[in-house]
Amino acid sequence: MFAAENGLKGDPRLQAISQAIRVVPHFPKPGIMFQDITTLMLDHKAFKDTVDIFVDRYRDMGISVVAGVEARGFMFGPSIALAIGAKFVPLRKPRKLPGEVISEAYVLEYGTDCLEMHVGAVQPGERALVIDDLVATGGTLSAAIRLLERVGAEVVECACVIGLPEVKGQCRLNGKPLYILVEPREIDNCC
Amino acid sequence: MAGKDGQDSRIQKISSAIRVIPDFPKPGIMFQDITTLLLDTKAFRDTIDLFVERYKDKDISVVAGIEARGFIFGPPIALAIGAKFVPMRKPNKLPGEVISEEYSLEYGTDKMEMHVGAVEAGERALIIDDLIATGGTLCAAIRLLERVGVHVVECACVIELPELKGRERLGDKPLFVLVNGA
Repeated sequence: MFAAENGLKGDPRLQAISQAIRVVPHFPKPGIMFQDITTLMLDHKAFKDTVDIFVDRYRDMGISVVAGVEARGFMFGPSIALAIGAKFVPLRKPRKLPGEVISEAYVLEYGTDCLEMHVGAVQPGERALVIDDLVATGGTLSAAIRLLERVGAEVVECACVIGLPEVKGQCRLNGKPLYILVEPREIDNCC
Repeated sequence: MAGKDGQDSRIQKISSAIRVIPDFPKPGIMFQDITTLLLDTKAFRDTIDLFVERYKDKDISVVAGIEARGFIFGPPIALAIGAKFVPMRKPNKLPGEVISEEYSLEYGTDKMEMHVGAVEAGERALIIDDLIATGGTLCAAIRLLERVGVHVVECACVIELPELKGRERLGDKPLFVLVNGA
C-alpha cells in the first residue's frame, strides 16, 4: 500500500521525497525510466525524512531483523535497523557473503539470479522487515521473503521507497504486506 | 586509531563482534566479516557513534561510501552529522553522467565511479569503507573526489590490515580506524 493512502495523506515530506528522486531515461537500456535515489541521498532533509517515516511505522512492531537487499537496500536498511533496535542482515548477490549461506533463485526478464543470506543470521520466530529502494515486478523481494521464511522468520512487511505500476493496487506481495512511499516520477521532457 | 580509555570497552566489543572466515575468497586470506557486527545491535550502534563523535564538528558535508559495505556504515553517519551520502560504485551501476577512476588489483584493474554533480568544489568529505587492506580502493575514491575539487578530510574504516600497508599508500590523507584485523 502507498503511504499516502495509509495515514500519510498530504504529508509534505512525501512530496519532497518524490521530488528529490531523479529520473534517468533509457537506463540501463532503452525504454526504462530509471528511478535514481542517489539524488535523494544528497538531500539531507529528504533522506532523513525517508528513514524517519519507516522508523515511525516499524518501531513498535516488535521487529528484530531488518533485511536489506544489495546494494541500494543497504543505503536505507541500516539506519532503520539502528533506530528501531533491530539487527541488519544483508541479502546479497552470489558469492559475496563469506561462510555458510542459503540461496534462493529468482527469475529475471532474461534468465535467473540468486539472493543469499548467512546461515545463523536470523533465528526462527524472529519478526523481519525487508527493505529495498524500489519494487518493480517483486521478483527480488519474493526471493528475500522466501529466504527469511525458510529459516523460520516471520516477514512482517516489505518496505520500499518507490513502487512501480506493476504493484500499484496490490497491498501484498506473495501474501506479505507491501509498504511504499512514492510512485515513480515521470520525466517532463522525455527524449 | 581509536582506543582512548573511555572508548576501550566499546572498541573491544566491536572487535569481538567481527567474525574471521579463513580462506575466503581464496586460500590464505583471513576474511574479516563485519556482518556479525551488524547482528549485534549495541556494537553496531557503538561503531556508528564512534565515527559520529569524531566527525560531527568537522564541517563535513559529504560522506562518500565505497560499494558495497561502505553503503552500510556511510548513510547512518551522514544522517547523524548532517551530510549528504554519495555512493562510490563499481562500473555501470550509477545511472546518468559519471566520472571514473581506474585502480590496480592484485591481478588486473578495476574502476570506481561517482556521479557528476554529486559533490561540489570546496566541499569537505569523509570516505568510509568497512576495511582498508592495500588502500587501492580508498586511493581511487580520494582521486575521484579531488578531481572535482573536494577536500578529503579523512578516510575512515572499521578495520585496518596493517601488514598490507594501506595507511602508507594513502600518503598525506589521514586514516582513522577502530580495530586492527591482525
